[in-house]
Amino acid sequence: MLYRENGQFKQSYHADLQIFPVLQDRVAIQLLLVLAFVAVPFVASDYAFRAILIPFLILSLAAMGLNILVGYCGQISLGTGAFMAIGAYAAYNLQVRIDGMPLLVALIGGGLCATVFGVLFGIPSLRIRGLYLAVATLAAQFFTDWFTNRVPWVTNNSSSGSVSVRELSLFGMAVETPAQKYLLCLSIVVVFGLLCKNLVRGAIGRQWMAIRDMDVAAAVIGIRPVYAKLSAFAVSSFVVGVAGALWGFVHLGSWEPAAFSIDRSFQLLFMVIIGGLGSISGAFFGAAFIVLLPLLLNYVPHWLGLPLSTATASHLEHMIFGALIVFFLIVEPHGLARLWLTAREKLRLWPFPH
Amino acid sequence: MGFFLETLFGGLMAGMLYALVALGFVLIFKASGVFNFAQGAMVLFAALAMARFSEWLPQWLGFESRFLANVLAIVLAVVVMIGVAWLIERLALRQLVGQEPIALLMATLGITYFIDGAGQLIFGSATYKIDVGMPKDPMILFEDVFQGGLLLSKEDLYAALVSALLVASLSLFFQKTATGRALRAVADDHQAAQSIGIPLSRIWVIVWSIGGIVALVAGIIWGSKLGVQFSISLVALKALPVVILGGLTSVPGAIVGGLIIGSGEKLSEIYLGPFLGGGIENWFAYVLALGFLLVRPQGLFGDKIIDRV
Repeated sequence: MLYRENGQFKQSYHADLQIFPVLQDRVAIQLLLVLAFVAVPFVASDYAFRAILIPFLILSLAAMGLNILVGYCGQISLGTGAFMAIGAYAAYNLQVRIDGMPLLVALIGGGLCATVFGVLFGIPSLRIRGLYLAVATLAAQFFTDWFTNRVPWVTNNSSSGSVSVRELSLFGMAVETPAQKYLLCLSIVVVFGLLCKNLVRGAIGRQWMAIRDMDVAAAVIGIRPVYAKLSAFAVSSFVVGVAGALWGFVHLGSWEPAAFSIDRSFQLLFMVIIGGLGSISGAFFGAAFIVLLPLLLNYVPHWLGLPLSTATASHLEHMIFGALIVFFLIVEPHGLARLWLTAREKLRLWPFPH
Repeated sequence: MGFFLETLFGGLMAGMLYALVALGFVLIFKASGVFNFAQGAMVLFAALAMARFSEWLPQWLGFESRFLANVLAIVLAVVVMIGVAWLIERLALRQLVGQEPIALLMATLGITYFIDGAGQLIFGSATYKIDVGMPKDPMILFEDVFQGGLLLSKEDLYAALVSALLVASLSLFFQKTATGRALRAVADDHQAAQSIGIPLSRIWVIVWSIGGIVALVAGIIWGSKLGVQFSISLVALKALPVVILGGLTSVPGAIVGGLIIGSGEKLSEIYLGPFLGGGIENWFAYVLALGFLLVRPQGLFGDKIIDRV
């Protein structure tokens, strides 16, 4: 009833091309942002920030980056964890080695290093695709695992192999409490979300999608595959690198190489598949799902009085992820984001089905 | 020299096991065009089933004989793997016919997670023993040629022998039986095979069952050497570069690739490791495969046809 666009006429291209053409969507998003920026910091507990909100935001960002590569450009990557690690360690080194390094610059620098690395490992994609490329990205994963573990320079010669970050500060203000960290992540995610959304709506996004759908045809109509693919790798690994730096700096604080293992890569790929291939909002749905499911699996049996052991819960979690991935690939390859879209279409026409 | 040969043999034996897992990949890819990421999970699942059945069956049925328990456990594990193959075909593959390879690859990733979780949920997630009577003691060869002789483990030799037998019987099966011919026909051209009356779905079940049985053999060998535990499923990640190196569609390629990677990573660990800080075993195979991909994307023995951009 409320969700109807009768009478909303667009009188300029500008109005027609905006991200949320329907008034109700705009209002809802603005409300959501106000809620997230103003209300949540007062309401949420420290536990909620640490265990749910901050991981959710950072993983959404990483999934967004990966979605650009896998969902928009069709280049499968199993090495996301590696790109996150590069971002995190590069940002760490920038901060340790240069005195008075501003936090934002370190984060962006981490992203830039990940970009270089991503483009480097993206080069094989010019000759190979599909599962061959998956192997190439796995090579990136294993190489980075080894590199961060064995090269003492990377961890600033720390004896245990783990690194920890000095206290964070932004423009002279300390970022200490979970709420402040949350706000920092939220701002970065909002900015990146907007940037990514606009990128994929623009010319370059259409080039990526053309390459994904049929690369030979795309090349025939004048899209340069080299440029399109490498730019997808660059943008994707930049975003993923920043997410990795945030994960290390803001979420973990101190970390060791295992934080960015191949499991993280798979987890992110699953977020993209479950959330929705080729949609920015899908990254958020997927991340929310993957962050919340383990918590649900821990709490629901408790409420029902059936305590599950941790091991059982983690096996169940694996099974549910696996089954859901196959399910989504079969039933709705565009994931939760498409379900949400369908629901919205239905609402728009309700109560008339057509 | 003796040390070099020992390392080389050790690597070749490890490579034989990679080759066994890689064989599962190749068989399934050949006959269904699906790159089965779940092969490692299937190895874990089969090994877990075998280990637990050989432990449970004597209790359930009340007999003592180790031999009988092992035989029954293997038979039961084979039945279970065929059941798994049937379920995978029913619930996943059949619904995904005609999808792009990437979707299928991701589906097998999902299957991997499901099988990992299910296997450990049903059979438990501790470390289990498999005892099929493989000799544990090492033997010493060429004592008069090298100082101290060559130390080889008999277990490795048996494992290599079993793998060779498996490969030989598989090739016989593919070459000589009607089902084998049907499998090869499907591998060449799905549609043509279907139009002359070869039932695709049954072929898939057969191929995935064979994949499961190969996984069982790999799991038994690996498990009796090092015990059955979750880390077995990571072998699949080693087998990936093996298939890339050997060629996705070539059975001999899987074997040769496995041997190259197995010996290469052990030798490089010993002789290059000290310069690079050690632990290069983990990525050596991948970097080798990556370099190879850039030069010769179809692998050593793979089909020439490959989609290139």
